[in-house]
Amino acid sequence: MARTSALIEARGLHAHYGASHVLHGVDLVLGAGETIGLMGRNGMGKTTLLRSMLGLLTPSDGQVRIRGADMTGAAPHRVARAGIAFVPEGRGIFPNLSVRENLVMAARAGVRGQRDWTLARVLETFPRLAERLAHGGQQLSGGEQQMLTIGRALMTNPDVLILDEATEGLAPLVAQDIWRILRRVRDTGIGAIVVDKNFSAVSSVADRIVVMVKGRVEYDGAARSLHDDAALRHRLLAV
Amino acid sequence: MASWLTLIFGIMGVINRAHGSVYMIGAYLAWSLAQHLGSFWLAIPAGLALSVALGFVLEWLFIKRLYQRDHLYQVLLTYGLILIFEELRSILWGDDVHGVAVPALLAGSIPLTDTLSYPVYRLWISAVCVALAVGLYLLIQRTRLGMMIRAGAANREMTQSLGINIGWLYRWVFALGVAMAAFAGMIAAPVSSVFPGMGNQVLIVCFVVVVIGGIGSVKGALVAALLIGLADTFGKVVELEIAGIRVLPELAGMSIYLLMAAVLLWRPEGIFGRRLA
Repeated sequence: MARTSALIEARGLHAHYGASHVLHGVDLVLGAGETIGLMGRNGMGKTTLLRSMLGLLTPSDGQVRIRGADMTGAAPHRVARAGIAFVPEGRGIFPNLSVRENLVMAARAGVRGQRDWTLARVLETFPRLAERLAHGGQQLSGGEQQMLTIGRALMTNPDVLILDEATEGLAPLVAQDIWRILRRVRDTGIGAIVVDKNFSAVSSVADRIVVMVKGRVEYDGAARSLHDDAALRHRLLAV
Repeated sequence: MASWLTLIFGIMGVINRAHGSVYMIGAYLAWSLAQHLGSFWLAIPAGLALSVALGFVLEWLFIKRLYQRDHLYQVLLTYGLILIFEELRSILWGDDVHGVAVPALLAGSIPLTDTLSYPVYRLWISAVCVALAVGLYLLIQRTRLGMMIRAGAANREMTQSLGINIGWLYRWVFALGVAMAAFAGMIAAPVSSVFPGMGNQVLIVCFVVVVIGGIGSVKGALVAALLIGLADTFGKVVELEIAGIRVLPELAGMSIYLLMAAVLLWRPEGIFGRRLA
């Protein structure tokens, strides 16, 4: 019963890409409504960890559980229907669909039947999208595309948002906008795993920071302690 | 039929050469079911149900393994299916040419002038095709299901990660594609007669339609089908002389391929195709 509070957890996860061993027994536990900042330099296994948890990659060993149920290697649509929404690196909008269609096609009630996020509420959160409803997905700026992917993820009424490099390549002002929105979303009780390289921005939304080095978790604790320990921060993140 | 071929290609990334064979199977189904059931009108729903089932089984057994593969594998596999279908047809129904009677309800002709008339059945075929085309367009462009299908065409992994069971969705799209090809064969049976190899002819024209319209574009397939129909018909009746040599109707058999060549010179990706990078 001790684990019932964990919404999604990875236990002793190993993963391979061909011959290369990318994850070496990773543990990650996210409680309901909690936000984790997942950090680490390039090639440390962050994206592989997320993909293993999302069913996009079958781990070679270890377990993925959602609300205590074993979901290791489950199909991605089952993970999504368990309340886990993915905002991938590179945005992943559907360029052949309009903004409205991108949002509407994803609409679904959440795991508990909740319909908190409707088209109207998403458009209220992202006014820029409201002005561009009829535009094709490929006509949007980078920032707008990112807002669209986040809005689309919210349309599935998830319990957890998983964001991989959500502000990568965006202008600083636009990135600030995204962080402000993420804080608002967090305050509605949706949990998140946020991968990003910007330590101060990540610590502004995250309850906990997890740092990965070479396929292992090297730090899992409060953002504050990592912030205060400059030497540790430099060793783990080179910042 | 071409629109479903393009749909299957565009959405699922699978080149299905067996589409023509399914067309032939449809025609044979119409012939044998009409005999057993005693009515063309009963044969059609029965044939549709059988072909949807066939599509399901084909997708489950073979096609689903091909989505991530190179197109060469798909061409080889579906070519194998053509041979299997031809043999099956030979075993089940023999190699004879058959005729299917035009149903009594549509057997009449509409007189146009004293010497010309147009069969009601052909009008009915046109109406059915237009209705199917409009239905397909609405399904793809206006419904949530259509959005999901188009999303799957653009990014399969992302669509799954939004909670949509792509495997299941594609099985339906493929089964419906098979059913439409078979349906085309069924309704064509009374006008074209039923004969071995009838599918190959249609398949080639279908690929021309798909290439002209732009691979993966339903709208393109519809426009291209109309263009080809016009080119083919006018190619046979218009007389054209260039530099004293009679070009049409002597070269009518080539008219659709000339049209294809012209379109490809003008727009290599087809009329409504996505721009090639």
